[in-house]
Amino acid sequence: MGSASSMLTQYDIEEVQEHCNHLFSQQEIVCLYERFCQLDRNAKGFISSDEFLSIPEFVMNPISQRLLKMVDGLNFKDFVAFLSAFSTKASAHQKIELIFRVYDSDHNGKVSFKDILEVLKDLSGSFMSDEQREEVLSQVLKEAGYSKDCYLTLDDFIKVLGQSGVKMDVEVPVD
Amino acid sequence: MNSKGTLKSSSSELDFDRPNIEDYLPSGVAIQQEPRGKLRLHDLLDISPTLSEAAGAIVDDSFTRCFKSNPPEPWNWNIYLFPLWCFGVFIRYLIIFPTRVLVLTIGWIIFLSSFIPVHLLLKGHDKLRRSIERSLVEMMCSFFVASWTGVVKYHGPRPSRRPKQVFVANHTSMIDFIILEQMTAFAVIMQKHPGWVGLLQSTILESVGCIWFNRSEAKDREIVARKLREHVQGADNNPLLIFPEGTCVNNHYTVMFKKGAFELGCTVCPVAIKYNKIFVDAFWNSRKQSFTTHLLQLMTSWAVVCDVWYLEPQNLKPGETAIEFAERVRDIISHRAGLKKVPWDGYLKYSRPSPKHRERKQQNFAESVLRRLEEK
Repeated sequence: MGSASSMLTQYDIEEVQEHCNHLFSQQEIVCLYERFCQLDRNAKGFISSDEFLSIPEFVMNPISQRLLKMVDGLNFKDFVAFLSAFSTKASAHQKIELIFRVYDSDHNGKVSFKDILEVLKDLSGSFMSDEQREEVLSQVLKEAGYSKDCYLTLDDFIKVLGQSGVKMDVEVPVD
Repeated sequence: MNSKGTLKSSSSELDFDRPNIEDYLPSGVAIQQEPRGKLRLHDLLDISPTLSEAAGAIVDDSFTRCFKSNPPEPWNWNIYLFPLWCFGVFIRYLIIFPTRVLVLTIGWIIFLSSFIPVHLLLKGHDKLRRSIERSLVEMMCSFFVASWTGVVKYHGPRPSRRPKQVFVANHTSMIDFIILEQMTAFAVIMQKHPGWVGLLQSTILESVGCIWFNRSEAKDREIVARKLREHVQGADNNPLLIFPEGTCVNNHYTVMFKKGAFELGCTVCPVAIKYNKIFVDAFWNSRKQSFTTHLLQLMTSWAVVCDVWYLEPQNLKPGETAIEFAERVRDIISHRAGLKKVPWDGYLKYSRPSPKHRERKQQNFAESVLRRLEEK
C-alpha cells in the first residue's frame, strides 16, 4: 500500500526545502524523492556512480565523468541541493556558482587556465588537438582582458556569464 | 548492478543494430540553435546546455521509464472499502489461489502423463508425434492462462503455419509467450533462463522448435542467426515468434527492435499485446523478481486482462533497409497497442552505450568552436 512518497513526512520535506533554499516546491521534492529511490536500487541512502551510469542519457553527456565526482554518494538532501541550481526559481548567481564549481575541480576557489582546458577537453574530445584548445582559449581570454596565467574567481565568472544570463532550467516532472 | 565484466560494451555489433539515437532524443536542449558570431570567453565558459542535459537525465530519463513497474493502486483507503478489500484478499489468497494451483497441477499431470509417452514411444512417426506434442503444449499453455484467469481477447486472423514468415511481438513478460502459445504453437527465440524455466526450455519447449541463446555470448548470436534461417525454410515447422525488443518493457513503451528478425527475407507478421493493468501489472521486472514470484503475483490477482492483435503481414519494401523495416513494424505495433516509442536499445540494461554518441556531441561542439574562431 505505502508508496515511496508516503515515507517522507511533512517535517522531512520541510527540512529538505530548507536545505535547498526553497527552490523546489513540496510536490517537486516528493517526485525527486521517488526518483532518488528509483536510482538508489538497493536503498543504501545514496546513489553510487554505477547507478548514475545506468542512465544512458547521462553516460552520453560529455561532462558526465566530471559531474559524477560531484554527485557521487550524495544523500537525498544534498542530491536535492545539487539539483536546486537547475530550478526555475534559482537565481543566475546560483546557476553560475554551480558552473564555477564544475570548473573548479580542486575546490580552491579559483579556476586556472588548466582547469578550463580540462573542461574544454571533455567537451571537444578528440575533435580538437591540445594545441588548438590552448590557442582558442588563450585568444578568447586575451580578448576578454585576462592573461593566460591569471586565475578566474567566482566574481569573474559572474562578470563574464552574468550579462547575457544563463539558461539552465530543468523541470521536475510532477505527475 | 551487473558485473563489470558485462559492461565492456559489445558495441561493435550492437552499433549496426540501432538507428541514430540522436534523431529521437528529446529535442529542445539537445538541438541548440546554431550559435553565430565571434567566439567570446562567455561562449567557452558557458556550459549550461550540457549541464542542463545531464541534470535532466538525472531527474528523469526515458530509458528508466521503460522498465519502471507500476505499484498497485491502493483502494483500501477508507473504512467502508477496507473490509471489502480484506474480503477480497481473503478470497484471492485462500480460495482463488488454491483453486488455481490445483488447476495448474492437474494441467501438469495431464500434460506430463501424455507428453512423456508420446515423446518416447512415437519416435518413428515424426509427423504424428510433432502434431500431438504441439497440441499438448498448446493445452498446457491454456492451463497456465487459466491459472491466472487470463481474460484474453484475440483480434484478427489466427496465424497459420506456412514457410517464410516470422511473427514479431512487443514484450512485457514471459507470459506473452504463454498467451500467444495457447492459440498457436509458436517456436520462439528466447534468452536461456536459469532454474525450472530453463529446464522446461531445454526439455519440452525444444520439441516445438524453440531456440535458446545467451544474451551476453557473441558466439550465440551467429548460431541463432543460422538456426533462424534454417527454421523459416521448413514448411512443417511451427511459425516462428520473435520478441525483437530483446527484453521485457513495462507495456507503456517500446524500445528499439533488433533487426535480426527483419533480415531473414520473410514476411513479418506483427502482433501487438496490450495488458490492462486494472488488476495486476503484467510487467516482469526481472531485476526485482524471479519468474516464480512474478507468476505467484499473477496467480493471486483477480485476473490478467489483455488484448492481442494479429496485424497485417508486412514485407520489406524495395530500397528499405532492415533497420527501417524494423522501425516501420515497431510503428505499427506501438500504434495499435498505444505504446510510446523510445530510441533506446533494451540491451542497455546490460551494457553501457557506445562512446559513439558522446563523440558526436563533442564533434558538434568542436566544429562550432573552430568555425566561430574563424569568423572575425
